[in-house]
Amino acid sequence: MKMIVCVKQVPDPQASSTGTKVDVAAKRVIVPHGTPPVMSPYDESALEAALKIKDVHGGHVTVMSVGKNLARPVLRKALASGADELILLEDNTFDQLDSYATASILAAAIREIGTFDLILCGRQAADTDAGQVGSGLAELLHIPCVTVACGIELGEEKVNVTRIVSDGYEVIEVMLPALVTVSSEIGELRYPKLKDLQAAQKMPIVVRNAGQLGIDVASLMKLNLVSLSPPQHRNVQCCMISAETPEIAGEHLALTMRGAGLI
Amino acid sequence: MNSYNGIMVYVEFGENGLLPITRQLLGCGRKIADELGEPLSAVIVGSKGIEEGSDAAQLGADTVYIVEHELLRQYRTETYVAALEQLVRQQRPTALLMGQTYVGRDLAPSLAFRLETIAVLDCIALEIDHASRVLLLTKPVCGGNAVATFTSMYYPQIITIRDKAMLPMEPSFGKNAHVVHFAVSLEPRSFKTRLIKKVKEEGEGLRLEEAAVIISGGRGIGGAEGFRQLHETAAILHAAVGGSRPACDNRGVAPNRQIGITGKIVSPDLYIAVGISGSIQQMSGCGQAKRIVAINKDPDAPIFKYADFGVVGDWKKVFPSFSAKLKELVS
Ligand SMILES: Cc1cc2nc3c(=O)[nH]c(=O)nc-3n(C[C@H](O)[C@H](O)[C@H](O)COP(=O)(O)OP(=O)(O)OC[C@H]3O[C@@H](n4cnc5c(N)ncnc54)[C@H](O)[C@@H]3O)c2cc1C
Repeated sequence: MKMIVCVKQVPDPQASSTGTKVDVAAKRVIVPHGTPPVMSPYDESALEAALKIKDVHGGHVTVMSVGKNLARPVLRKALASGADELILLEDNTFDQLDSYATASILAAAIREIGTFDLILCGRQAADTDAGQVGSGLAELLHIPCVTVACGIELGEEKVNVTRIVSDGYEVIEVMLPALVTVSSEIGELRYPKLKDLQAAQKMPIVVRNAGQLGIDVASLMKLNLVSLSPPQHRNVQCCMISAETPEIAGEHLALTMRGAGLI
Repeated sequence: MNSYNGIMVYVEFGENGLLPITRQLLGCGRKIADELGEPLSAVIVGSKGIEEGSDAAQLGADTVYIVEHELLRQYRTETYVAALEQLVRQQRPTALLMGQTYVGRDLAPSLAFRLETIAVLDCIALEIDHASRVLLLTKPVCGGNAVATFTSMYYPQIITIRDKAMLPMEPSFGKNAHVVHFAVSLEPRSFKTRLIKKVKEEGEGLRLEEAAVIISGGRGIGGAEGFRQLHETAAILHAAVGGSRPACDNRGVAPNRQIGITGKIVSPDLYIAVGISGSIQQMSGCGQAKRIVAINKDPDAPIFKYADFGVVGDWKKVFPSFSAKLKELVS
């Protein structure tokens, strides 16, 4: 079972969002100083899904990441958690990529690898929230794609994928090779053991740049970012209701809501 | 100029007919089409006996395409992409609008890559740059920490739009669309996926999508037992019950009741958040609610930055009397 997991490095989305600012001129989100880079959480779940399959059926897990200035320690965590190989697709031009460019770079690297059974991606990246690289990569590689999985079960040359839909869930059988995008419901990435973390520091990493991959980013980008602005927050002043006891406060809340015409 | 022409809306039905988002897409599509001086079309994909076909003419579109095939009986990415690919390649619309629904967000990227164009998902605004006649596509990014506006020179542009971001189209009675049955050819053996099970799991009470009031519980509620109380109050207010991610993980509510960027994006008239901290990922899924009320024991919880009314306190003490008073007031 040959699996490839695509992961993106993002600023920790769980870090406090109060300090997050938008640099309108540079069209960039500025995260508070000290926010560490992490693997995008949905991608960690994708890796966990691959490792769960490996636990039961064995196999080989290759982790791939596209970007500029990729943080080795962050991505080595994938090796420490149980991945067998880490390939960084790293270039100075791999910056602020759109989904089409990212999927094309991954496709080029995967074609170099040649054969595989299952590709796993996070359902969307925690920074761009674009939600397209997985589906797009499957199209570029001409393989079927099932999105937003909350469970994956390996069968005979196929996988059964459980996915949440608006009124319940469904199970889709897909022939391998295939691509599955993963949602957080699959579970968080296991915590690596200390000795595995240490061992991972010594494992070799493959690095490929744009030239080696035959990629010209400028010719691949299909989206222009025109502007980036802070979100429009609700402009409210919270009316705090306090009373001698919490029970009375509860009653007052109901009365206030009636008074304001909310109920 | 390009040779693309027209705005196309992908129509979705729920149990009670046309989805509200489809009406909103038609409203927005009509406006954009008129501004560009291009026609508006709607496309309905399904299998034999698309009953709604008869009403399709009243959708406000100039043309309605009905794409029927045995293999299109139920939504599947592969078959729907193949069917729409054929229609879109023939019709060459400037843009194809879909709802940011479970179907739209799955279908749009695959179709876009198939057509070697782009998709932009979860847009909250769609405008035309009048000088260039290019579409300005605006969507939240970074879990809601920023809003980005994109353009592209690639067509057709596949766009999904968030529910309630646009005003619905009034059904234009009297205006009859030209209904076209578009024949697709689908080769069963080329498809690699099969739906083997579909399970309805609505959860208790009203659905999030149809409720004007939502009571949402977070980690502070604990598991199903705590949610029992929220359900009882929901019944009084004709509200739906939802939850944060930890609430779903703790099995307090069904996974399809999660609110936020991973779950459902809702915009009710009233959102009552109980034991929810108000993380950006949760609030970007409900921040468009008209009014927000919060009960949380932590006075510094971010939820109070969004709330109109709040009580700082243990919900186990605040909520029962709140609920009892509500019952008294609404009965
Ligand atoms: C990429 C990504 C996507 C995400 N998507 C989503 C999403 O779609 N939806 C979502 O909800 N989350 C999402 N999250 C998780 C999100 O960041 C938060 O972790 C989550 O929303 C927190 O849920 P919570 O408010 O229930 O729990 P907490 O943040 O733990 O807050 C619990 C709150 O309950 C209060 N409380 C505890 N006990 C009591 C009591 N007895 N009485 C009153 N108050 C009490 C506490 O003061 C606290 O404020 C996502 C995270 C990431 C990184």
